[in-house]
Amino acid sequence: MINKIMGSAHEAVADIHDGATVMISGFGEAGSPIELIHALIDLGSKNLTVVSNNTGSGNVGLAALIENRQVKKMICSFPRTANSTVFPDLYRKGEIELELVPQGTLAERIRAGGAGIPAFYTPASVNTPLAAGKETREFNKHTYVLEYGIRADFSLVKCLAADRYGNLIYNKTARNFGPVMCTAAKTTIVQARKILALGEIDPECVITPGIFVKRVVGISKPAEESKLVAEKRRYPWN
Amino acid sequence: MELENKITGWNSNEMAQKVALDIHDGAYVNLGIGIPELVAGFIPEGRDVIYHTENGLLGMGPVPEPGREDPELINAGKKCVTAIPGACYFHHADSFAMIRGGHIDICVLGALQVSEEGDLANWSTGEEGAIPAVGGAMDLVAGVKTIFVITQHNTKTGESKIVKECTYPLTGKNVVNRIYSNLAVMEVHDKKLFVRELAPGVSMDYLKQNTEATIYMLENQV
Repeated sequence: MINKIMGSAHEAVADIHDGATVMISGFGEAGSPIELIHALIDLGSKNLTVVSNNTGSGNVGLAALIENRQVKKMICSFPRTANSTVFPDLYRKGEIELELVPQGTLAERIRAGGAGIPAFYTPASVNTPLAAGKETREFNKHTYVLEYGIRADFSLVKCLAADRYGNLIYNKTARNFGPVMCTAAKTTIVQARKILALGEIDPECVITPGIFVKRVVGISKPAEESKLVAEKRRYPWN
Repeated sequence: MELENKITGWNSNEMAQKVALDIHDGAYVNLGIGIPELVAGFIPEGRDVIYHTENGLLGMGPVPEPGREDPELINAGKKCVTAIPGACYFHHADSFAMIRGGHIDICVLGALQVSEEGDLANWSTGEEGAIPAVGGAMDLVAGVKTIFVITQHNTKTGESKIVKECTYPLTGKNVVNRIYSNLAVMEVHDKKLFVRELAPGVSMDYLKQNTEATIYMLENQV
């Protein structure tokens, strides 16, 4: 019997090892799997390479993972946000690496990785510092830059609802990087606000087919990052 | 000269209104963060314009009423927004397929510098200790059909932001179609910059004195 539902966030992330590449969904707090990230902080794995659009805010979630010195390198498009000081401070001290990627290139590198496409050409970043040293090629008299697909050991993703086969639906703009990240990791771990019975998600409406998902944890009331930041909370909880 | 230096031209709302009047009925539009966001408020009655936000929404509506904010319904600036009837959500790879694939008609962006050939620098001053962040700007200028820039003509210290060649790191080369500054509306044609309209009280001489780039008059100019 296929049953991808796990008992807890801690159980779901237990095999994330030192040196792993981990994709983390979210655009700011929307779609960020905060309970899975906090479980990863409790686990304490080190030297992680994290692929995520931003670097978190305040001292919770992704920012707390970075503050706990578990992340060696960030691959992202926008590493500073309002209320984000953890990453900028470490970056200025030279204590964390950054691979800056245009947002669409980041999304496509993850999509390509998940789809078995090792590399592709894109017009974004041509003639800019972000294309420096990269292979370029002309198609139809326009220049394009070669970018590589990204694959990860683990993806941590937040969604609205899941069933035990791992079929997922999302909520509004919290979908963002979730569906492509689900496809691009050896082990995709999802936190869902609701666990539904098989058949309760209309097959026409499934956004992520269950084949891309390994583990699901029900988190019915996920913490709201912006509220925690406003309350100056930190993780591990102060 | 003293007096001339005080010409401020159009304010932010007037610049946004100029842009709004140039957005056609039926256009799919991506608005950058900041002054470009004001454009949505000035679209003339009767024009159907669909706003795209690259974090996964077509059909973005105005900011929600107080108390009705949803942290999972936000724009690219991570501010709470609403979705209009007929809106749809999608993931990031689809969102940038819309952008790179040439499906978005117009993008309105801010600028640090624009060159007379239409090069844009708007993501980094290359300053020591600054945290580089690019977001979706490079994909937008590479893929959207028409790029409008809204910007102050000069920096707070008086330097021209409309330059011969950008000194800041580029966002894209030969990508800008039109510049709406507080002093003038300018268009790039064949790597040359033409003035389409001058703000009230601004003469061509005054504009030239305040512009590093070489600018030409457009025939039949307003």
